[in-house]
Amino acid sequence: MPNMSLVRNEMPVQAPDVRNKNFSEVALGYTEEQAIDEAKRCLNCKNKPCSTGCPVQIDIPAFIAKVAEGDFAGAYKVITQSSSLPAVCGRVCPQETQCESKCVRGIKGEPVAIGRLERFVADWHNAQPAAAVEVPAKNGHKAAVIGSGPSGLACAGDLAKKGYDVTVFEALHVAGGVLSYGIPEFRLPKSIVQKEIEGLKALGVKIETNTVVGKTVSVDELMQDEGFESVFIGSGAGLPRFMNIPGENLNGVYSANEFLTRINLMKAYKEGSSTPIKAGTKAVIVGGGNVAMDAARCAKRLGAEVYIVYRRTEAELPARAEEVEHAKEEGIIFKFLTNPVEIESTDKGWVKSIKCQQMELSEPDASGRAKPVPIEGAFIDIEADCVIMSIGTSPNPLIKSTTAGLDTQKWGGIIADEDGLTSKEGVYAGGDAVTGAATVILAMGAGKKAAAAMDKYMQSK
Amino acid sequence: MYEILEKRFLNPTVVLMRINAPKVAAKAEPGQFIILRTDSEGERIPLTIADYDRASGSVTIIAQVVGATTEKLAHMNEGDSLHDFVGPLGRATETEGLKKVAVVGGGVGCAIAYPVTKKLHELGCEVHAICGFRNKDLVILEDEFKAASSKYVLMSDDGTAGEKGLVTDALKKLIDGGEKYDRVITIGPLIMMKFVCQLTKQYEIPTVASMNPIMIDGTGMCGGCRLTVGGQTKFACVDGPEFDGHLIDFDEAMARGAMYRDFERHAHEETCNLFSKEVK
Repeated sequence: MPNMSLVRNEMPVQAPDVRNKNFSEVALGYTEEQAIDEAKRCLNCKNKPCSTGCPVQIDIPAFIAKVAEGDFAGAYKVITQSSSLPAVCGRVCPQETQCESKCVRGIKGEPVAIGRLERFVADWHNAQPAAAVEVPAKNGHKAAVIGSGPSGLACAGDLAKKGYDVTVFEALHVAGGVLSYGIPEFRLPKSIVQKEIEGLKALGVKIETNTVVGKTVSVDELMQDEGFESVFIGSGAGLPRFMNIPGENLNGVYSANEFLTRINLMKAYKEGSSTPIKAGTKAVIVGGGNVAMDAARCAKRLGAEVYIVYRRTEAELPARAEEVEHAKEEGIIFKFLTNPVEIESTDKGWVKSIKCQQMELSEPDASGRAKPVPIEGAFIDIEADCVIMSIGTSPNPLIKSTTAGLDTQKWGGIIADEDGLTSKEGVYAGGDAVTGAATVILAMGAGKKAAAAMDKYMQSK
Repeated sequence: MYEILEKRFLNPTVVLMRINAPKVAAKAEPGQFIILRTDSEGERIPLTIADYDRASGSVTIIAQVVGATTEKLAHMNEGDSLHDFVGPLGRATETEGLKKVAVVGGGVGCAIAYPVTKKLHELGCEVHAICGFRNKDLVILEDEFKAASSKYVLMSDDGTAGEKGLVTDALKKLIDGGEKYDRVITIGPLIMMKFVCQLTKQYEIPTVASMNPIMIDGTGMCGGCRLTVGGQTKFACVDGPEFDGHLIDFDEAMARGAMYRDFERHAHEETCNLFSKEVK
């Protein structure tokens, strides 16, 4: 008998006033009872609209049916047929615009909490004693993966399962890409990321950290000298953008990338960390995406009074609704229709305040969103000793500039076809390096598609 | 892990280490840098490559003890291993077509100026090396510079080594004496490089300065190393570390370099206390 409640089971969370002072995970996950109760809200639709909304087409009704039966191991098996990183995606996927947006239960009431159930299943699995992993028989072919973020890990995992000898090259000292340096601990605990990576290693995937492809070794050298038959480039979009306004190089101004890297990768939030961070007493975050929310919530946890400055209105915020909600609950103050024009300096070269132009919305622009236009003469000054620029990132040009025959878009994205094939034979690419900054799940999907194409390519050689 | 193959102090606060890092050694060029972490909890610090040997797969770094990490580094010994060592990063010094160059180094910057001096010398370029130190106890690489240059001028603030005066005094004297350089390369404290660049601007001698700002990843990801060059923001890690010295905003670079000074001083003291406790 399905559970016909119009509302979903709430997931327990740390209270806002408690969590905005610590870096532990905000959401605490369903209990078994909550998960089963929520799973029973699924109507098991024959045409599976939810699965069509999933970038990697997880058989959602099938895994939820297993949860409803209490067969969590079975549910995990269904999910991992399509997804390589369920514990990650259950936490950071924008389910409300993907699977859950298509859920029939959402027409009248709230959709089934698919993301929370995915997270529950993955966490349940991770809490079980590790089963012996079957290492696939090697097929004698060698493949390289550049970058250990979501697309690279997904690609490496799929290739390893098919028996390829896979090496992942990572520029930083820790694997995980944006999962390690970008997304904060309170949204995605690093122990979960490391667990996923350990899982890949158990499959035989080798991970070489401290290797900057394009500097330490080139793509051509990997293929010609080191015997890799095919290469996947999943180097992400890690180059921070700035606004190019006066005062952006003052002390106290960070890119969101630097601010988050100091905190997440270098653990600057921990007592006694060897890497410093200065969130100040009053921090202003410029931008309205998920990264801006992450930076704001980190600054809050470091003790600052935090403002988010965004040039459009709340309706246009690109961040997930849940992240915006969480930020507000934690006491972050939003200043909409406000666009920085200058950062003003103390006499010692530190940020003193940020001067903003007030805006109003006019006609929709090319992105389909209402275009913000300045209200003539209307400026405000916001006092601040820290400013964090979170206005987007673009692909790193390092690989493009050192790989002959690799075509890119004008804005830097690597040109790749549906399967991830680039302009260079045997070289595939996917994730943010191709699309520009997007989501974990899209990157993972691209990594999986490329793995399938690389398999075909190497088998036909 | 990256083993320390050789360690020696060049002066009381400057340590030289040869590190086993074959992949970095295979690609290293003068002007490039590495990033290291001493241990699993360590911060990432950039250090310019002082020398490399492709055959043995080793890379030499020279560090001045200024903070907690360099203090920890200086306490490591031959046989110990660095936790992380990545590179070579940044762009190599452009040496093509140069006929006569003055290399102006200050303090530990001389260590960084040495590999390019050596390379230019080997390429047949006439190199004059001007090296400045506060006093005779701090002089490093004197023999090496002498062997790699056709003129070596040693300067010290207090006159205890070489001539008394600033490197800019020595450079001005050479230029006024009729030396015609097609480039000046300067590496050292920001304030020194600022004045070298001011001087060479008057004489319209193209000048490159090697910048060593605060950075984390070294691959263009954090933007912490940004500086203003000719009115544009550049990242030292990928666009540099060398830039046209006449276009660099040195005052901004100096302010940015001081961003974490309080923290660094405190962390350094803590580290020193730790080591002195161990000794007791």
